[in-house]
Amino acid sequence: MNTLTFSATIAAVAFCAGFLGSLTGLGGGFIVTPVLTLLFGADIRYAIGASLISIIATSSGAAAAYVKEGFTNLRVGMLLEIATVLGALVGASLVAVFPARVLTVIFGLMLLLSAYLTTRPRAEHLTADLPPDPLATRLRLDSEYPTAAGPQRYRVRHVPGGFALMWIAGVLSGLLGIGSGAVKVLAMDQVMFLPFKVSTATSNFMIGVTAAASAGIYLRHGYVDPGLAMPVMLGVLAGSMVGARLLFGTSTRRLRVLFAIVIAVIALQMIYHGAFGKV
Amino acid sequence: MTDSRPPVHHLRVQNAVGNLLRIGVLLSAAVVLAGGVLFLWHHGGDVPDYRVFRGEPLDLRSIASILRDASGSGRGLVQLGLLLLVATPVARVAFTAIAFAVERDRTYVLIALLVLALLLKSLAG
Repeated sequence: MNTLTFSATIAAVAFCAGFLGSLTGLGGGFIVTPVLTLLFGADIRYAIGASLISIIATSSGAAAAYVKEGFTNLRVGMLLEIATVLGALVGASLVAVFPARVLTVIFGLMLLLSAYLTTRPRAEHLTADLPPDPLATRLRLDSEYPTAAGPQRYRVRHVPGGFALMWIAGVLSGLLGIGSGAVKVLAMDQVMFLPFKVSTATSNFMIGVTAAASAGIYLRHGYVDPGLAMPVMLGVLAGSMVGARLLFGTSTRRLRVLFAIVIAVIALQMIYHGAFGKV
Repeated sequence: MTDSRPPVHHLRVQNAVGNLLRIGVLLSAAVVLAGGVLFLWHHGGDVPDYRVFRGEPLDLRSIASILRDASGSGRGLVQLGLLLLVATPVARVAFTAIAFAVERDRTYVLIALLVLALLLKSLAG
């Protein structure tokens, strides 16, 4: 296979990854890295370098649509950004420390966790009537978001716990070149009790910034290969734009379950390959 | 106690940030595409090999050398486009800091500036 066919094939795969990723809300990076390593035999460091770049593209593209709707809590996002960026700097520096096989196994385990987290049924916390949390009040994190019945107020809780989990999300993002969206949403909706739509939109705001912190280190360590990153970035971006256009008005619950099963199978394969060689 | 001031949802700022993101992404995609076409034009017939990790050559690693080399080759131009893409969220944080400053929200101006400093440090090395 020469470079032209290779690039075209990667771009086509990346397009599908971006399309499915935006349709299910899981992001395209989850598919790109396993496909590049398992099917095309690329070293995982090149694969995560390319995938990280594509995450910045999709997150920024989607955020452009999100910000106008008023779900994003910029204060929560910016505050937690300190934790994710610090974590990402640690994670991105660790890529050079771990052997490729260990990275592959960690990637597989993270995929399994994300597949579980995204299909888990979520219960909305009603926090408007709770007493205010002292730290959240001091940081003025409580806010409101638009609903069909008008603006709905919500209170934010457990700021230190959310901050700690966000640091871990940052480490994973830097180490594996992923957005860690599932862990970010977990920190916000399960620990800090933010409403789903606010968690999702704020997580999206944060993913691009976290990835940009890792990208600086990736570039300096030489993990970002233009020949590989080019078809991945263009393909994922185009696919996610098409997917985002279809998203409105469709129910995606069944699709998410199906996608989670596919991801779990890929995850097991990565763990197997990492543990027993071949990578 | 509830905060009586409006949250950072000013439509004008939000729209500006939304447009900034869109322009940043589309501009970088255009540069990457141009670099990609140039790269494939010259190297489309080569056999790619990403099996063994060698790391990129030094001139594709630092901001200064990417900016210097960008016009030279397809790979350099792609790398410049990727750099533009990485700069987009950084610019967004800077914009958000300004939005907080406009609202005289001193705590969050400081928080945003801290995030910005960390990002710039990671990029500059």
